[in-house]
Amino acid sequence: MSDSAVTTKKDWTSDQEVRWCPGCGDYSILTAMQLLMPELGTRREDTVFVSGIGCAARFPYYMNTYGLHAIHGRSPAIATGLAMARRDLDVWVVGGDGDMLSIGGNHLIHALRRNVNLTILLFNNQIYGLTKGQYSPTSEVGKVTKSTPMGSLDTPFNPISVALGAEASFVARTHDMDRAHMQEVFGRAHNHRGAAIVEVYQNCNVFNDGAFAALTKKDARAEMLIPLQHGEPVRFGPQAERGVILDDGVARIVSVDDVGVDALHVHDETAEDLSVAFALSRLADDRHSPTPIGVYCAVDRLEYGGGIDAQIAAAQADRGPGDLDALLHSLPTWEVN
Amino acid sequence: MINTEELLPEVREVERIIVRFAGDSGDGMQLTGDRFTSASALFGNDLATLPEFPAEIRAPAGTLAGVSAFQVHISDHDITTPGDAPNVLVTMNPAAMMAELPRLESGGTIIVNTDAFNERNLAKAGYRSNPLEDGSLDGYAVITAPMTDLTKQVCKDLGVKPRDAERSKNFFALGLVSWLFSRPTDPSLHWIREKFAGRDTVIAANEAAFKAGHAFGETAELSASRLAVRPARFDPGTYTNINGNTALSWGLIAASQKAGIPIFLGSYPITPASDILHELAKHKNFGVRTLQAEDEIAAIGAALGASYGGHLGITTTSGPGLALKGETLGLAVSLELPLVVIDIQRGGPSTGLPTKTEAADLMMAHYGRHGEAPLPIVSANSPSDCFCAAFEAVRIALRYRTPVILLSDGYLANGTEPWRLPAANDLPDIPVDFASSANALNEDGEEVFWPYVRNDDLARPWAVPGTANLMHRIGGIEKEDGTGNISYDPQNHGRMVAIRDQRIRKVADSYPPTVVEGDTDADLVVVSWGSTWGAITSAVGRMRRAGDKVARVHLTNLYPLPNDLGDILRQFDKVIVPEMNLGQLSKILRAEYLVDAKSISKVEGQPFTAAELHQQFREMTQ
Ligand code: SF4
Repeated sequence: MSDSAVTTKKDWTSDQEVRWCPGCGDYSILTAMQLLMPELGTRREDTVFVSGIGCAARFPYYMNTYGLHAIHGRSPAIATGLAMARRDLDVWVVGGDGDMLSIGGNHLIHALRRNVNLTILLFNNQIYGLTKGQYSPTSEVGKVTKSTPMGSLDTPFNPISVALGAEASFVARTHDMDRAHMQEVFGRAHNHRGAAIVEVYQNCNVFNDGAFAALTKKDARAEMLIPLQHGEPVRFGPQAERGVILDDGVARIVSVDDVGVDALHVHDETAEDLSVAFALSRLADDRHSPTPIGVYCAVDRLEYGGGIDAQIAAAQADRGPGDLDALLHSLPTWEVN
Repeated sequence: MINTEELLPEVREVERIIVRFAGDSGDGMQLTGDRFTSASALFGNDLATLPEFPAEIRAPAGTLAGVSAFQVHISDHDITTPGDAPNVLVTMNPAAMMAELPRLESGGTIIVNTDAFNERNLAKAGYRSNPLEDGSLDGYAVITAPMTDLTKQVCKDLGVKPRDAERSKNFFALGLVSWLFSRPTDPSLHWIREKFAGRDTVIAANEAAFKAGHAFGETAELSASRLAVRPARFDPGTYTNINGNTALSWGLIAASQKAGIPIFLGSYPITPASDILHELAKHKNFGVRTLQAEDEIAAIGAALGASYGGHLGITTTSGPGLALKGETLGLAVSLELPLVVIDIQRGGPSTGLPTKTEAADLMMAHYGRHGEAPLPIVSANSPSDCFCAAFEAVRIALRYRTPVILLSDGYLANGTEPWRLPAANDLPDIPVDFASSANALNEDGEEVFWPYVRNDDLARPWAVPGTANLMHRIGGIEKEDGTGNISYDPQNHGRMVAIRDQRIRKVADSYPPTVVEGDTDADLVVVSWGSTWGAITSAVGRMRRAGDKVARVHLTNLYPLPNDLGDILRQFDKVIVPEMNLGQLSKILRAEYLVDAKSISKVEGQPFTAAELHQQFREMTQ
């Protein structure tokens, strides 16, 4: 085994047999990651994948890095401790929509607001796979499943809106049908200091096949995906004939000919006020309307572990490194002879 | 230190005194009790304290629900409990009188703030007539002082507003009690100046009230009641007065220093454990990282994540929080990583009695996880022993790479006692060895790293991320013995369950021999754990001084139990187990050793008193 910084996809592939269903979208995400890692130039021993429970959560077993397959929903919390204790590591968190938005929702939002140095990949397939097909917190209203024979009643989460509402400093969306786009977005997320979350539209071909097909099929993409590019007007369509304007804080799709290029919203991913990013996240309220993909926001703010380390350094500069005898004598004492 | 010969001639010397301060939770009784304790500690008395406060931050003023009390037992000799019936009761209002009078010894002394005994307050406390006037206090020595008025008067000249002045009346009480018990005044005056530094009017008001209280004692012909307790004879050394949560925090820091790895504390605020989070957060210069997590589950999760990264992962909580941590504890058992989980037990179930003590989480610590998920359990027996118990919990966690539960309780957490400080150099090192190289050969004869290869202690290697060539994947799914790969093989699962059981049992090989104290030829042995130690020590002492034979065994390690315990218990005809639960340890002893262990229970949110235990022990020997 070699741990040099020059690696290939093979170096990042573990010896474990991959156990997802044939045709599952998870395979292409895994491949994208194994191809990306050599490009990032990081070392395998400094890389940790942490996961919870679910199909997506098997991911760490297939990466030849350190891996911790924990319990349902808790991966953001466990990874928070690891990333705070070990800022020298590259900590990735992988999970599905049930794991991260249902049982682990609380941990996810707090990891995001704290801005812990984590790269979080949320594989959204809008269904529970491992438990065989119940509806999930991202399933559309009316979803008929084994647990909702008359259709689900709950309004789904929009993961991007949730992340922005949780004060995330880096939020992006990609999908399992476009390896190059995944690699680009994962790489950006990895390089972000603080908590980065990427929603990956992922096809579960067994329990929710084609959930995103209207958006991600090759011939639909130009029509249905709105690429977000920093500093560029937001435009899409085969001829870039459509665009997005902000109308009193609300994002709307318009024809470029109707409003003129100058009226289009120019994407600024560094905007500290997340309300525009939020407005963009509300553009599509179902899987059949044009949906922005790419980086919604990438804001620089205090990374949690760095803040803690700075406090430790300040305490040591102020009081010196800990002296146990001095600590023991720090309350009033008296002598007995 | 004050020479007792300098005490005034009319002072009567006694061996020990139990004073209970009681008032409304807004009256500052905890502060007053604490100051009296500190002055006594500096004077050289042995002491033990028991603060008791309502669960509400501000219960309605003047009501029974709002009564806050602080009991201190000071003595000229070795004591182990905050005492049974108080000799002196300080009552700041009628509710305190109503709630606390039944505890006072018959003929005891009552010190009363008469200003609070107006019609409204009497009614709120449920009095139909004023006990100061209706003769119901006959038989007690009653010392009355219009504390509120006198405090306001002395503050008036200082330009303090009457409302603010009223807040200083607890210092009047402190001054009066200090005079009655011949406490030195300087430490309290000094403390007032430090505590309220920068708030000059507050300092002036508190000092004036304190001095007025002291002078009131001197001038109001209270000399008949004046008492002194000589300094206790302690072993030579440097002492400090410490509570359990502080001692526990320091024990963790000491263990982290001796192990050479930093503390990571994940914690969610919960009474009565939060003070450990507060204390550890103060000591960042020791490299301590603290995370106030979003919930109890995240708190233990983050601690486990830090342990996985090679830090000393710790989480602190109380019973309700331990219930929430159960699933992650199971993961820690499966991952075989070091982790220290501290449960400061309180009254349960559910919210129960958050500010009162109980020791009913032993079964939860033993069995509160699904599957066969054994882990070591350590307990603390006194406030200062929390230091040693924390050190022991860390030792076991790091050597055996296992989660350990440390049980303390509300009484130990807040109670104080003098503690002879150890020297940092005298504490043993805790060796930590991280894996650094391959430990197995694969089918092709290549050197590889397998995460579940074991050492002589049956502990697996602690291979932390960042170490070259040791990359591996582990998780909560059953693992193949050795390789650590996922395995659903039935035989392998049986083997792993057996190994996890056996490896935790091996922890007992590292204990010193169990100590049997008292009369080893007695018929009766008292077996105990946790904070009952003090009351049992006193009760056993009383038995033996009266000529009744009794032996006692106090357990620090509750799982696995000591290897020699079964043989010890079988030497006695009678085994009794006093516990602040319905007999959890006694059940375990019966199951483990087939001995007829009898339970003495008290589940009232209050520790046993020595007197009630003495009584029960006598009944059992007759
Ligand atoms: S159930 Fe769905 S998500 Fe899970 S592995 Fe199969 S296809 Fe993939």
